[in-house]
Amino acid sequence: MNVHDESNWASKVERLEVSDELAHAGFNIAGKRVAGAQQGFGKLWQRRYSIDLGTTVTPEQVVADWKQRFATYWPDGATFHVALTGLQPGTVSPIAIASGAPGLTVSTGILVLYMDDISFTFMCPEGHMFAGWITFGAEEDAIGATVADVKILIRTSDPIYELGWPVMKGKEDAFWSATLVNLAKDHGITDVPVEETTSCVDRKRLWHNWTNVRHNSGLRSAWHTATTPFRSLRT
Amino acid sequence: MPTPVATMWVRHPRPQVAVIDIGGEVTSHCEQVLMGAYEDASTAGTKGIVLNFDGLDYMNSGGIGMLVTLLVRANRNKQKLAACGLTPHYRQIFELTRLDEAITLHDDETAAVAAL
Repeated sequence: MNVHDESNWASKVERLEVSDELAHAGFNIAGKRVAGAQQGFGKLWQRRYSIDLGTTVTPEQVVADWKQRFATYWPDGATFHVALTGLQPGTVSPIAIASGAPGLTVSTGILVLYMDDISFTFMCPEGHMFAGWITFGAEEDAIGATVADVKILIRTSDPIYELGWPVMKGKEDAFWSATLVNLAKDHGITDVPVEETTSCVDRKRLWHNWTNVRHNSGLRSAWHTATTPFRSLRT
Repeated sequence: MPTPVATMWVRHPRPQVAVIDIGGEVTSHCEQVLMGAYEDASTAGTKGIVLNFDGLDYMNSGGIGMLVTLLVRANRNKQKLAACGLTPHYRQIFELTRLDEAITLHDDETAAVAAL
């Protein structure tokens, strides 16, 4: 996969489709559109988590492993469903995250928007906690060490998630730090700190997008869970 | 891996409208170049800016993110953004990422300038 290849990008889709094998987990994303930062609601944040992996592994090796074992680097309490075909540009993958409320798992997902040898990017669907992009990559720094990072450009999707941002921000910090630590461990590197930077790109909230709340994955997951017994009776 | 090179040149084809000619490889590495060009384009009274992608060789997802940052700055200054010169492939990327809902797409520069 060359960094200049047009096939690094996902093909255009109007609505997301989930493969049959993952349909049970993708009920909240099938038929949804993707949502960029301008389709979200809250303030626009640019965040970066990075970890120094030293000189024993190249950026290309790290990213190849990251693509192949993406789900295994996630911390407990979160599930990333990958189709048998693996991650490719255009792949739609459901995700499930423990909400913190007993018995409630929030179901949403991602679209693999872009992929090259040193980075890959996910785009959020409508209803996800966030609207925007998240890029995973690795680069050599000035002294030749490989630095892996997670770069995020997001707004919260709707007013409910915006209210929860102070809590979600802390959970994001813990989540991506743990992911990077797991990535480092898999390459034999331990006891390396994760660095985090955050900047607010736009303090303005996009009030015209408040109706995104109708797609809210938390509310829809709660409804799905509550109505599960009735669906079972009908089948 | 060498740092991608992007070129950005600013023109003012008519009062209150600027054109940024974008060439080379647009990635997150060229943020300073793009923001510098935006500053040059945003002379007093600029109401609209056309991003002319005729010379674009390549853009990755970092480049798309950078355009969102540019869009925020333009919105803050009450400026409209338009784009032209995109190949069918990159036009589709704008549509896929829904950037086309905020940056209007045009077939050529004349149409883009006229629309602002």
